[in-house]
Amino acid sequence: MSAGAAAGAVRTMVLWCPDWPVAAAAEAEGLTLDDPIAVIENGLVYACSEGARSDGVRRGLRLREAQARSPRLRDFPYDPVRVNRAFEPLIGALEEMSPNVQVMRAGSCALRARGPKRFYGSEHAAALAFLERFAELGVTEARVGVADGLFAAEQAARLPGVDLIRIVPEGASPEFLARLPLQLLAEDELCALLWRLGIRTLGDFARLPAEDVRSRFGEPGARAHERASGTDPRRVIPRVPPEVRESVNAFEPPLERIDQITFSIRAEADRFVGELAAARLVCTELRVEIATERGEVRERTWLHPRWFGASDVVDRVRWQLQGGSTIESTLSAPVVRVRLTAETVDDSARHETGLWGTGSEERIHHGLSRVQSIVGHEGVLTASIGGGRSPRERQLLVPWGDRPATPAAPGRTAPTMPRTAPAAALSTPAAPTLPGTATAASRTAPSGSRIALAGTEAMIEPAVTRAAVRPTSAGGRRRGPKSSAGAEVAPWPGSLPPPLPTTVFEQRRQVLLMTGRNELVDVDESGELVGVPARFSPDVSSRSLRPVQAWAGPWPVSERWWDSRKARRVDRLQLVDADGVAWLLALDRHLWWAEARYD
Amino acid sequence: MFEYGAMTDAALDVSSPAPAGEEIRALQSRISQMQATKLDTRAVRTHPAIAPLLPGGSLRAGAAYSVESSTALVMALMAGPSADGIWCGVVGLPDFGVEAASRFGVDLERLALVPHPGDEWLTVTAAMADVVGVVVTRVPGRVPDAAMARLQARIRQREATLIVLGDWPQSEATLRITESTWTGIGSGHGYLAGRQAMVSVTARTGNGRPRRGRLWLPDGDELFRPVMELPGLAAVPPVDGRRETPASLRLLHEVNG
Repeated sequence: MSAGAAAGAVRTMVLWCPDWPVAAAAEAEGLTLDDPIAVIENGLVYACSEGARSDGVRRGLRLREAQARSPRLRDFPYDPVRVNRAFEPLIGALEEMSPNVQVMRAGSCALRARGPKRFYGSEHAAALAFLERFAELGVTEARVGVADGLFAAEQAARLPGVDLIRIVPEGASPEFLARLPLQLLAEDELCALLWRLGIRTLGDFARLPAEDVRSRFGEPGARAHERASGTDPRRVIPRVPPEVRESVNAFEPPLERIDQITFSIRAEADRFVGELAAARLVCTELRVEIATERGEVRERTWLHPRWFGASDVVDRVRWQLQGGSTIESTLSAPVVRVRLTAETVDDSARHETGLWGTGSEERIHHGLSRVQSIVGHEGVLTASIGGGRSPRERQLLVPWGDRPATPAAPGRTAPTMPRTAPAAALSTPAAPTLPGTATAASRTAPSGSRIALAGTEAMIEPAVTRAAVRPTSAGGRRRGPKSSAGAEVAPWPGSLPPPLPTTVFEQRRQVLLMTGRNELVDVDESGELVGVPARFSPDVSSRSLRPVQAWAGPWPVSERWWDSRKARRVDRLQLVDADGVAWLLALDRHLWWAEARYD
Repeated sequence: MFEYGAMTDAALDVSSPAPAGEEIRALQSRISQMQATKLDTRAVRTHPAIAPLLPGGSLRAGAAYSVESSTALVMALMAGPSADGIWCGVVGLPDFGVEAASRFGVDLERLALVPHPGDEWLTVTAAMADVVGVVVTRVPGRVPDAAMARLQARIRQREATLIVLGDWPQSEATLRITESTWTGIGSGHGYLAGRQAMVSVTARTGNGRPRRGRLWLPDGDELFRPVMELPGLAAVPPVDGRRETPASLRLLHEVNG
């Protein structure tokens, strides 16, 4: 180690896979990196593929802007679970070659260069070996940077250019860094200030006296200064490889019937849970992978409100085999392997049954699990209130034991078994994360007496109901979803004013609304009612027509007009029929539908 | 009393016989207690607006109630137990308005829904009754009487309360809305703001005459409460009706005789 770097910086090697979130998304969705792909977080482009970049898409761009630049753009929400999981095999492979790997983030990892250098003869040879191993796993884009200190090594790896391996000679890191722009420090406030002071490169910053930087910018500034001057004191902190708790059941010959499979894995499930218990752990999140003879692998993650016992594990496998359907015992293809992995484990002491006080909760849980075993996992639901304008959209129904879905997921979670497992709800394009969701204008009614149905020209719905996405405390007890505070936090202009309808139709029903002269009531282009509602029928037969007592409306609701598939434009009308039952009607493409009933 | 000439017939017919009716009911319940033809069941906390209409003054554990075609009434029945920390289960009602329920006092943290029990309706409802305190359901199609009796027995044994939307053979009481008037909405203006409903409750035991009460279901603040009588009449609270009127005495004789 050279004298210059002896102050702190340790020879470090950084492996970097560019656009890793995109690569992970492409792999999961079966796309290539040449396709225009963008990974979106908070409505902004978080990462994009080479194909998208050639169209002009950049990181930090708004989704709509990116879509405008690249019309064929496929966008996926940023899913940290998927991204990290995709990176895991690479780390595993790297750890086989050299221990002490630190994962900096998904897509980039660091290790101390000394060991591999000694083993492979030189730093270059070691880097080459690692890249070859990555290429074997299908990652050909990876790059390696070797320098003194973590920061310099990372910058070396990320330097634009065609070289896959960049080695900054020992002691040369300060000169290497000096030419780089200041923004690489990723300290926005500091950089903005330094920029105005006329400092443009890391070298300019490094030339400032360390004491002055510390007294002016405090500890964060001092650390940034150390990084800029190539004396990054951070060391590689190797991760402790997680102990994989899994159990693999291979069937030879492959099994065709669900009961055979569940019977065969019963003993294995006992052993799986028993081993966890012996380590004083309980599994709260279980991944079940089912491989069939045809080579397809169906995997899904199951959560448990408390923890998985052996019979719960068998149940989950059975449900997954059944899919959404009820009991039927033939499968599409014989099953060759069932693999159970404990995704999340927790200290069993935290899940011990208390002597007092937990009795009734447990009874509820057992009872509802029993009902689930009758009607299937998706049959028993808990509810919370999310965002949206139609009453159906606002109720979020989540299977008992699962995490509450994002408010974007409309209605129930997918009833069929999602193939990309764990956060299936996350992978649905999240509408409320888009800026600008709806135009919900409401006007004074013809008589001008009151303005109804929430609000004036409430243009853009600003507050994303992110509050409704509540990460459950890891390992803590998961129960039904908490009643959502999100609905109160974020107002939805254009949603219904109270009182709310007590019956919300799962499938809206077509109804008839006629004028006194037996013509259908309609709404013209300017949103005015054509004809006065006089008679109403709760179904489409004209025999059940009855007089209308009172009515009000129409109020236009226009949602997601930028998305042709999900755009919705309806005109709402409230109506009281002759029996004193009130209805919420919606006019959609010249047909009247009952969305809900106040009964 | 009669200077309120402008008052509606409905208000009159609630207010004037109310004291007498209350007294009869009080006496009837004393009689039935003395006769003790059945074991007394545990009372379940009930929403104050609806409690006076129910036989015995509250919901009973182990009993079934049937509600005719009004989900709001079902929610009013659920609100009391749910506020008391009791779990509710809703079986076979895919159109149950969850948000309205939460506004009307049903705690969503203690609500489980099985929208589509399918052919397993009886099993699911019975399994639900094992664990939750209030089971709300609708009988799907035709269910054999024996099955209903079994479910009723299970409900009684588990001390759950069953609320059936529709008919139920052994219901303790049948609740229905006989008339409802919406406020805030006109012909072409306003919006639905509240509803006054005449709730009529027919008890299984008793003289067969329904108890009636005018309720806000709900009012403008999304609350259930009795409709306030006109000033002067409202001053007579129902429990205070201990005055002996000829009418009530005569009715009492009828009951005893």
